[in-house]
Amino acid sequence: MYGGGYIFDEPNGKQLREEKQHDDPEKLAAFEARITRGEKIEPGDWMPAEYRRQLIRLIEQHAHSEIIGALPEGTWITRAPGFKRKLALIAKVQDEIGHGQLLYNAAETLGKSREAMINDLLSGKSKYSNVFNYPAETWADVTVIGFLIDAAAIVNQVANAKGSYGPYCRALERICYEESFHLKQGHDAFIELATGTPVQKQMLQEALNRWWQPIMHFFGPPDKTSQHSEKLMQWKVKMASNDEMRNQFLESYVPKIWELGLTLPDPNLRKDPETGRWQYSDPDWDEFFRVINGGGPCNEERLQVRKWAEEHGRWVRKALMNPQERRALPVA
Amino acid sequence: MNNAALTDLIIKMADDELIQGHRNSEWTGLGPVMEEDIAFSSMAQDKIGHAWALYRILHENLGGQDPDHFAFIRKEKAFKCSHLVEMPNGSYDFSLMRHFLFDHAETVRYESLRESSFEPFQQLSRKFKGELKYHTLHANAFIMQLSQANEESYARMQSALNDTIALAAGIFEPSAEYEEELMVAGVYPGEAALYHRWLDRIYPVLVKASLNLPEMSTVTPVYGGRKGFHTAYLEPLLKEMGEVFNLDTEANW
Repeated sequence: MYGGGYIFDEPNGKQLREEKQHDDPEKLAAFEARITRGEKIEPGDWMPAEYRRQLIRLIEQHAHSEIIGALPEGTWITRAPGFKRKLALIAKVQDEIGHGQLLYNAAETLGKSREAMINDLLSGKSKYSNVFNYPAETWADVTVIGFLIDAAAIVNQVANAKGSYGPYCRALERICYEESFHLKQGHDAFIELATGTPVQKQMLQEALNRWWQPIMHFFGPPDKTSQHSEKLMQWKVKMASNDEMRNQFLESYVPKIWELGLTLPDPNLRKDPETGRWQYSDPDWDEFFRVINGGGPCNEERLQVRKWAEEHGRWVRKALMNPQERRALPVA
Repeated sequence: MNNAALTDLIIKMADDELIQGHRNSEWTGLGPVMEEDIAFSSMAQDKIGHAWALYRILHENLGGQDPDHFAFIRKEKAFKCSHLVEMPNGSYDFSLMRHFLFDHAETVRYESLRESSFEPFQQLSRKFKGELKYHTLHANAFIMQLSQANEESYARMQSALNDTIALAAGIFEPSAEYEEELMVAGVYPGEAALYHRWLDRIYPVLVKASLNLPEMSTVTPVYGGRKGFHTAYLEPLLKEMGEVFNLDTEANW
C-alpha cells in the first residue's frame, strides 16, 4: 500500500500557484523540456520551487499513509488465524513500514527531514490517505484491505512510478514489486472467506459493504471538481486523473468481486456497454472532506498511536543520534 | 527413549518461540524508529516460524495435533513457555533486554542440537543458525549503543537487566521427570549445561557495555512456566491469538 490517489491541500489552503515569478524562465523551459522528453529529474538538478513543494507534499503524504496504514492491519497481527496468515500479515505490515522508510528517504532528497515530516503528521498539518481513518472491525476487514485497498494503491503507484522525479519513481518500482505480493496474499485470504462457511461469507460481505465508500473515495474527488491537476500532470507529478484511476480499478476488480458471489452496495454500479466506462453513484463527498479534516472514526486514534510511538521512542532516538559512546560499532 | 520426554522438550521450546514471536510482533507499527519496527517484525517472523517448525515435528514425528490447532486452541495450562516471554512488552528497554537474553539462550540451545541424536533437531539447528546470528548481532549492537550513549539510556538498560535476569534464568528450568533421559539418549545436554553456556555468552557483552550482571548465585530464577504455571499475562494473550481461529476451528482461514 498505500499511496492514496489524492494529494490533499495543506490546511492553510495554499493552492498551486500559477505564477512563476521566482523561477528563471530559461531554466523553467529547459526543465519542462526535459520532462517532456521523458527524462528523470534528480535531487541535484534545478527544479521550480513549486515542483519541489508539490513533490514533497505528495511523497510525504504517501510515506505517512504507509506508516499509518500499518496500524489498522497491525492490530490484527496478534489475532490472525493460523500460522500462515499470521506470518503473512506480519511480513506485509513490515513491508509497509519499509515503504514508509523508502519514501521518507525519497522526500528527504528534496530537503525536508524525516523528523520535520513526522512532526507535521503528528500536528495534523500533513495528511495521509483518508482510508486509514476507518476501523478494521473484523478479520474480514483485513482481507478487504489486503485485497482491494492494496489493489487500488497499485493502480495509483504504477502510474506514479512513471513520473518525473527519479528517487520517487525508483522507490515506487520497488514498492510495486512488493505490493504485487501483498495483493496476491490479500486475494488469497479474501477468496478463502468468500468460498468458506456461511459465517465467513457473511463477515466478508459486511466488511465489503463497510469499505466500499472509503474505496470509492480512495482516488479522490471527481475530475470535474479537482482544482490543481493540470500543472501537476504537465510536470508528471500526477500521472493519471482521479476518475481515470477509479475507472481502471473498477474495471479490474468489480468483476472479480461479483464472480465470487458477493455484492457491492451501489445499485447503479455497472459498466456502460457503449462507452466501456464504469458508472456508479457518487459517494458522499461531504463525508470525504469531513474525514480529511479530522472527523473520521479513527483520526484521533491513529495519531494518538503514532504519538505514543514517538514519545516512548524519543530516548532511543536521542541515544542513537547523539551517541557519546566510548567505542563505535555498526548498528547492524 | 519414550516420546513423552521428547514431546515435553519440543513443547517448551516451541511455546517459548511462539510467545516471544507474538510479543515481538506487537512492536509492529510502534517501534522507536522505523528501522527497529522492521527489525522486531522480522524477528517475530523468524520466531513464529521456529515455533511452526517445531509443532510440525510434533505433528509429523510424534503423533501430535496439526500446528494450527495445537497452537491456537490449546488451554493456558497446557502451555509450557517460560515467564520471560509472557511478560508484556513494556517499553523498548525491557523488550530489547528480553530479546538479548532470550536470543542468546536460543543460540546456545540450537547450537547444542547440532549433534543431537534426534535427527530433526539437527536440521533445525542448521536452519536456525543463520537467523540467530543476526538476532544476536542486532541485540548486541543495540545493547552496546544504548548502554553507552547517555546517562538515561544507560540507567534504563541497567534497570531492564535487573528486571529481566531472574525471568531469563527461568528459561533453564530443570525437569526432574524427563531431562536425565534426554541427556542419556544424547538428545541435548540438559538445562544446567545450557545455562552455563548462556552466561558465558552474555557476560562479555554486558561487561563491554558496562552493565553489571548481578551475582547469579543471589538471583532466584523464575520457574513454573515449564510445568504449566503461568503469569496473569498469558491467558489474555492466548485468548487474543485464538480469537478469529476459534470462531470456527474447522473452517479454513
